[in-house]
Amino acid sequence: MSADEVRQAGLELGRNDLLTHEQAGSAIFGFWVFLMSDAVIFALLFATYGVMLPATVGGPTPADEYKLVPTLIETVLLLTSSFTFGLASVAMKHGASRRQLLGWLGVTLILGIGFLGMELHDFMIMFSDGAVPSRSGYLSSFFALVPLHGLHVFFGSVWIVVMMVQVLTFGLDARVKVNLQRLGLFWHFLDVVWIAIFSVVYLQGMIQ
Amino acid sequence: MIRQSDRKRSEIRTYVTGYVLALLLSAAAFAAVRWQHATPTSAFAVVLALALAQMVVHFRYFLHISLQRSARDDLQLVLFSAVIAGLMVAGTLVILFDLKARMS
Repeated sequence: MSADEVRQAGLELGRNDLLTHEQAGSAIFGFWVFLMSDAVIFALLFATYGVMLPATVGGPTPADEYKLVPTLIETVLLLTSSFTFGLASVAMKHGASRRQLLGWLGVTLILGIGFLGMELHDFMIMFSDGAVPSRSGYLSSFFALVPLHGLHVFFGSVWIVVMMVQVLTFGLDARVKVNLQRLGLFWHFLDVVWIAIFSVVYLQGMIQ
Repeated sequence: MIRQSDRKRSEIRTYVTGYVLALLLSAAAFAAVRWQHATPTSAFAVVLALALAQMVVHFRYFLHISLQRSARDDLQLVLFSAVIAGLMVAGTLVILFDLKARMS
């Protein structure tokens, strides 16, 4: 196997250390298994949402509650944060300065927090309209699905802070690099889940 | 060193390509709903097709899942999970809507 070949999908490490590569390979594959089981949970919540969608019992409907522009802004924020995380992993892999890596991680964190702030603001507006989880089956399934993704983004943001501290205290050793790779997979995966949410939940709700 | 910086540049180009494609596909989906001409069913079909395309873009350019042999384990895992998720989602929807139709 030539050194140039991608040994592991996801964000490959530098190509100096074979042993690290092998260990990183199984560590990253294990994380993929976790991500895909998480995807199955989301898939079932989507199925629940699809079944519950007509069950509004006279309460707020999707067309009343969803707004196009905030959803679009949230989408752009999350997409851009995925891109900046990609730049962070390029900086990590090619031995750019630590400041550059921390800078891109910081930008990703700010975008993630901006996304969470907008999403919470949306939920607040929904609550003030009386669209609370206990109102109808539709709203219960909505608040099981969408905030679960928000919770993932929240813990991803906490994880970014943890990794910034690890980079500062341990430097970029092999363990920190593998942790950053896993965080990268997690962050990009959240973006994929968001595609499904804005398409199936928000856009479907706004189609007339 | 020149090769190293070439690799770096091509990796950045990969991320830029993925980002631009993802933005275009998202914008197309939102536009299809904002300026909706088609019937609701076909508009939703367009949104779903764009979402599927964007997921492929994300897996390809951000998560680096490709057809290369070294990435094939991950590809198989992703495809297997997609099959499981598809079966469970489609099965749930079919069975529950069938029950609903029988009860009403």
